[in-house]
Amino acid sequence: MSSETQKILTTDGIPLEESLRKAEKKNKIKAFLLVAPLLLFIIITYIFPIGEMFTRSIDDRMVTNMLPKTFKAMETWDGKELPSEEVFAAFLTDYRALAEKKEHGKLGQRLNKEKNGFNTILKKLWRKMKKFEEGNAKGQIMAIHKRFRDVKYWQAIKRTAPPYTMSKYLKGMDMYYNEDGKVVQVEEDRRIHRILWLRTLEVAFFVTVFCFLMGYPIAHLLATLPMKYSNLLMICVLLPFWTSLLVRTASWMILLQQQGIVNDFFVWIGLVSDENRPEMMYNKTGTYVAMTQILLPFMVLPLYSVMKTISPSLMRAGKSLGGTPFITFWKVYFPLTIPGIGAGCLLVFILAIGYYITPALVGGASGTLISNQIAFHMKTTLDWSFASAMGLMLLTGVLVVYWIYNKLVGIDNIKLG
Amino acid sequence: MSKKQQFVRFDKVDKSYDGKVLVVKDLNLDIAEGEFITMLGPSGSGKTTCLMMLAGFETPTNGEIYLDSNPISNIPPHKRGIGMVFQNYALFPHMTVYENLAFPLKVRKVSKEDIDKKVDKALSMVSLTGFENRMPGQLSGGQQQRVAVARALVFDPQVVLMDEPLGALDKNLRESMQYEIKHIHESIGVTVVYVTHDQGEALTMSNRIAVFNDGKVQQLSSPDKLYEEPVNSFVAEFIGENNTFTGEVTDISKDKCKVKLDSGTEIISNPIRVKSKGEKTIVSLRPERAIINPENKMDNKHNGKIEEVIYHGDHTRVRLNLLGNKEFILKVPNSSARMDIKLGNEIAIGWNSLDARALDPK
Repeated sequence: MSSETQKILTTDGIPLEESLRKAEKKNKIKAFLLVAPLLLFIIITYIFPIGEMFTRSIDDRMVTNMLPKTFKAMETWDGKELPSEEVFAAFLTDYRALAEKKEHGKLGQRLNKEKNGFNTILKKLWRKMKKFEEGNAKGQIMAIHKRFRDVKYWQAIKRTAPPYTMSKYLKGMDMYYNEDGKVVQVEEDRRIHRILWLRTLEVAFFVTVFCFLMGYPIAHLLATLPMKYSNLLMICVLLPFWTSLLVRTASWMILLQQQGIVNDFFVWIGLVSDENRPEMMYNKTGTYVAMTQILLPFMVLPLYSVMKTISPSLMRAGKSLGGTPFITFWKVYFPLTIPGIGAGCLLVFILAIGYYITPALVGGASGTLISNQIAFHMKTTLDWSFASAMGLMLLTGVLVVYWIYNKLVGIDNIKLG
Repeated sequence: MSKKQQFVRFDKVDKSYDGKVLVVKDLNLDIAEGEFITMLGPSGSGKTTCLMMLAGFETPTNGEIYLDSNPISNIPPHKRGIGMVFQNYALFPHMTVYENLAFPLKVRKVSKEDIDKKVDKALSMVSLTGFENRMPGQLSGGQQQRVAVARALVFDPQVVLMDEPLGALDKNLRESMQYEIKHIHESIGVTVVYVTHDQGEALTMSNRIAVFNDGKVQQLSSPDKLYEEPVNSFVAEFIGENNTFTGEVTDISKDKCKVKLDSGTEIISNPIRVKSKGEKTIVSLRPERAIINPENKMDNKHNGKIEEVIYHGDHTRVRLNLLGNKEFILKVPNSSARMDIKLGNEIAIGWNSLDARALDPK
């Protein structure tokens, strides 16, 4: 149809669309140049590191690079019976090369993870191979230990051939590739990650709920009080915001510890006896209390900005039309605050799900979250690829939450201010 | 059906927000059933406060308000059964037109069928049939206003309050809405209390107008009386256009008095608020009551010099320097030959002493 309609021309006879494009071009370039520094910044500091994290999390090139000839020879091997002389010879060559570089120990450790007992027989091979005669690699290697005659050990080597692996992600979900290359769960008593994931979700969820329950009335008060009181209240809300996160967490430690102020108060009013002071720190309670307080402003501010735009005459209209204060609130006021609730809850939930310092300081063993586990692997075990994998899993989780929210409420309905 | 004369009654109502200043002072006002009464006054005169007290959003500091002879100070707003139209319409933005109108019926537990019927009726009353499923944001200002009016009437309230409902509309729409609201009032006979600061609106629509200033009702009367016979200089100046002379009473009889102006000339006026010789006064005269080249029977005749001529289409406004008043305005209809209205000309002006009302000096 559009081909039928005549093209609109400007006064000078140039097609209107073209003319418009020309006229807008300068503005577009200007806009792009204004955005460019930020774009560059985001690419360098955000997109690139995430990409780096991703490759690190699936990177498994160590063995691939150590045994190049072996894997080349293994390409034709069906993996069911013992490999041919060719593979054995290639393996011996690769292993000799590694031994010269003194990297054969690493291979032993890595393969031992794949199949128990690998390290021992490789060490044995290292001792004996100096006396090997030329040719018949297969026979000589198999003679060293019976495990070299077991096809499972050669299958284990072949499994490490691909340069990429999902094993770190599986580990994050308490699963691993077993000796047959199948995905299985770890034993029940070793499933720590699953507990942490669930706990993280649970803490994030309840912190969001607590923040909402406490933030909603505050935001309402802020939006409706006369200016001079609401300013004061606003400062009270923001003051913690301006204090260092560490200081705030530390002050919660002072408040919540067993000989702390809150416990002293409970004892003083006779709520608990002096011997039975409850533990409010180094467990989930501490994490809840401190995180709720710290994340509260993120709930209050979006709610406040939405409530501020709701005309007080709407509530009056509702009442004058015969609605009781509750009905008016529920049918008129509350639906209008949903964009703010959505924004606040999403913000608090996403922040809570990746929270680190507070649970690390007041969480104790039962209050640590997945982020603490990530930090542990970054700093203590130095398993960066595993930390990266878990970080990406967390990121995926956040994106899923965002997606669900978009499906349920619609992201256009969000209002941050 | 006999209409109650004291359907709504303000009895010695005072209102103060801060305990220092009285916003409403000793308000006594009776509103008859089915009446269209307008509270007119400049901003800050207390008129909206009165409305809010009647609606129940403010409590009187002193005195009592009666609705159908029942005191209502202790009744919360949602139980008063008073409809209200707000200045900014206050339509619920997340509900359709239908849901907006159904809201007051739903909270009264009206059955679904009756709701449909009543909403239909209310929408046809404001000629918005077919707009049920629109959101308020999709309507023009005038349409939103009509929905607000329909919503305030749909549950058959005894009294409807309107708080400057037409303030946000443009001039033409405002005028047509004035007639529309007036007609709706006439056809259903509900009691309307209307607040505005637009005197034209008040004069067009109301049965009676209460002019507010400084927390007090200055005058309560029908529109024509208010315009023709203002009782004090505030009302005279606030309603319509007004020429004033300040002076001192030199002689007074029953229906006439002589006022000596600051320029030294004496004029004859109608003593409204002056009682004795020597009182200061402001004499008020409507521009259309002064005539060029007066007939003999007029008892005030003076000469003035034309300072400015402004053409207004249907009439011409002439500004004169008359008896020391440089702002004396004259309205000359453009139907007749325009005599010698030229800048700088001296012309003779005359008026009846009855129309020159000697009021309080402020």
